[in-house]
Amino acid sequence: MTAIAAAPPASRRAGGRRRHTGALWGLVAWAVGLFFFIPIAWMILTSFHSEPDAATNPPSIAAHLTMQGYREFFGASTGTSPWPAVINSMTASIVATLLVLALSIPAAYALSIKPVRKWTDVMFFFLSTKMLPAVAGLLPIYLIAKNLGMLDNIWLMVILYTSMNLPIAVWMMRSFLAEIPMAILEAASIDGAGLITVFRRVIIPISAPGIAATSLICFIFSWNEMLFARVLTGVRSTTAPVFLTSFVTSQGLFLAQVCAAAVAVSLPVLIAGFAAQDKLVQGLSLGAVK
Amino acid sequence: MALPRRVLGVGAVAVVVVLASGCAGAGGGSGSGGKSVNVLMVNNPQMLDLQKLTAANFTKQTGIKVNFTVLPENDVRDKISQEFSSQAGNYDVASISNYEVPIYAKNKWLASLDDTVAKDGAFDQADILPPMQQGMTADDGKIYGEPFYGESSFLMYRTDVFKAKGLTMPAHPTWQQVADLAAKTDGAQPGMKGICLRGLPGWGEVFAPLTTVVNTFGGTWFTKDWKAQVNGQGFTDATKFYVDLIRNHGEAGAPQSGFAECLNDFEQGKTAMWYDATSAAGSVEKTGSPVAGKVGYVAAPVVKTKSSGWLYSWAWGIQKASTRQGNAAKFIAWASSKQYEQLVGTQLGWANVPAGKRASTYANPSYQQAAAAFYQATEDAIKSADPTNPGVQPRPTTGIQFVDIPEFPDLGTKVSQEISSAIGGRTTVTAALAKGQTLAEQAAAKYQKK
Repeated sequence: MTAIAAAPPASRRAGGRRRHTGALWGLVAWAVGLFFFIPIAWMILTSFHSEPDAATNPPSIAAHLTMQGYREFFGASTGTSPWPAVINSMTASIVATLLVLALSIPAAYALSIKPVRKWTDVMFFFLSTKMLPAVAGLLPIYLIAKNLGMLDNIWLMVILYTSMNLPIAVWMMRSFLAEIPMAILEAASIDGAGLITVFRRVIIPISAPGIAATSLICFIFSWNEMLFARVLTGVRSTTAPVFLTSFVTSQGLFLAQVCAAAVAVSLPVLIAGFAAQDKLVQGLSLGAVK
Repeated sequence: MALPRRVLGVGAVAVVVVLASGCAGAGGGSGSGGKSVNVLMVNNPQMLDLQKLTAANFTKQTGIKVNFTVLPENDVRDKISQEFSSQAGNYDVASISNYEVPIYAKNKWLASLDDTVAKDGAFDQADILPPMQQGMTADDGKIYGEPFYGESSFLMYRTDVFKAKGLTMPAHPTWQQVADLAAKTDGAQPGMKGICLRGLPGWGEVFAPLTTVVNTFGGTWFTKDWKAQVNGQGFTDATKFYVDLIRNHGEAGAPQSGFAECLNDFEQGKTAMWYDATSAAGSVEKTGSPVAGKVGYVAAPVVKTKSSGWLYSWAWGIQKASTRQGNAAKFIAWASSKQYEQLVGTQLGWANVPAGKRASTYANPSYQQAAAAFYQATEDAIKSADPTNPGVQPRPTTGIQFVDIPEFPDLGTKVSQEISSAIGGRTTVTAALAKGQTLAEQAAAKYQKK
């Protein structure tokens, strides 16, 4: 206390300024955060409104709350269950994410820890596959799928989502694996660990946050994908985003239903994000502080 | 060690999901059981009623399971076009309109219904209203679609507001009379405007009502020999009138107002009149609607023609590549039947019947009672619609509010964006139509060469 009391006035002023600046930045961060959260909050609020209230212009915050939008999502009027679409999305997203990890981790190993010759060219090749606009490949893929009898088949979506996310996953995993100190890998080898053991007991545990971040990104991209799903799926393999659009009508009110459906369809991604939150932050900051 | 357990956990979840997807029928090839039919349809209230009633009635009677895919209008058009043009065969039946039927039939994408549904005595093809049947018949004289519900357009107005203001609505008003009435009812109640007219871009949005106005003002998109007339006198007069009417006495937010927005505005008492589809009356008069019982219905306003209402129907067509055409025909024969209308009437209420296609519907006392306010005006509007001769000059194709060529959706939507900008005050009608003329000339070029 004495030391503080004895501190020169200039230092106190500097400390006070720092505190004020910190508080100001905190306020700015909250304001920006809230600004970006407004549409989501509005969507959640609208999902609990009746259709006429949801369509009111200007919108009303204090309107009567109801669960009708959610009842409609679960098929109260039509008897159509959302579960087949949700299960299809789960299948496509989870299986594609597992396949992406199974392929991208060895690829990243060969591009970072034991780099193959001309590894930079390989990295550029992976990146170049993302340069073609997705829509440009839509028609050829549709025709190939039609000729192979793969239209309206969820495994086609698994293959597509795997191939779409693989380049991003390889790039991400490469940067995470490049962080692993070579000395640890050499020590493991000296102790007699083979490649599989090094992978299982050294590389994967150390890069777990990176794997979590990559998995979540791949899962989100697959879960939210709509362009290919709308064209290539149908009766049996429709996914959740396509199902969500089925509430839109040109001959009636639908805002509350669509908001309820959007909230429900967003939940798996939010749950996955919260579950992997600590790993995700670690994983993303690994790349940031490099 | 924690990680392998976690990996195992994720693997277990994946296995469960994959197994569940198998149970839900998510995987697999394109085929499915013989006793089923796949239907791709637009998300309209009448279709959702059908979805609700199918399992307990059609499937119970026939053993045929119906798998529905429901999408918004623009999405379903894209999907149907892609599905039918490639003859992928994933869907047996699709909801198509009288715009698509002649084009699809000409391209041999549809199976004829002459020997199946139309031949079925119980279906009673002769009961289908002639303008509707005309829209389902291709150049070869065969029937390729069966209407599910049909509509024309008429003018709806608030009788209580008109009474309070001492105004009278003529049974067959002219557009000038409507404009005068819009001026007089503008502000009749707090926040009330004179009329709601669609301003939302889209060939099926603003151009549905606007093309009927163009027709009756003496304009047309194309002459019989495919000369574009978008900046012609009739088209320009009609568009200026339409845009001025909206800007002076139309609804708030008109450039973003389509059918749904106008329905909401009219029900909430924000406009005194509304010119739109006859099918809107079912919603306007529905129990719980704030304006039920307070609305009058008169013929679509005219200028140079005797009538001007549009003609549109959502119908069922069978994809030629379908391997279950028998099941598909049975489904259509049920969904478009008198018995289905009876079922809807008794289970969901007569106001919800998918009307506008059968003469018998309008002779049914139960329907007459439930739709007392609008059934006669609807029947008159549909019967007076003439898709082959909707204006004052001969046309190159059939269609009242559209030109029946594959290029029209793109053309109509692009021009509608300009019109919507004019309604919003961001451009002038003359500039909008000048751009439209160029686009229309490009669209017509290939037909002029023929």
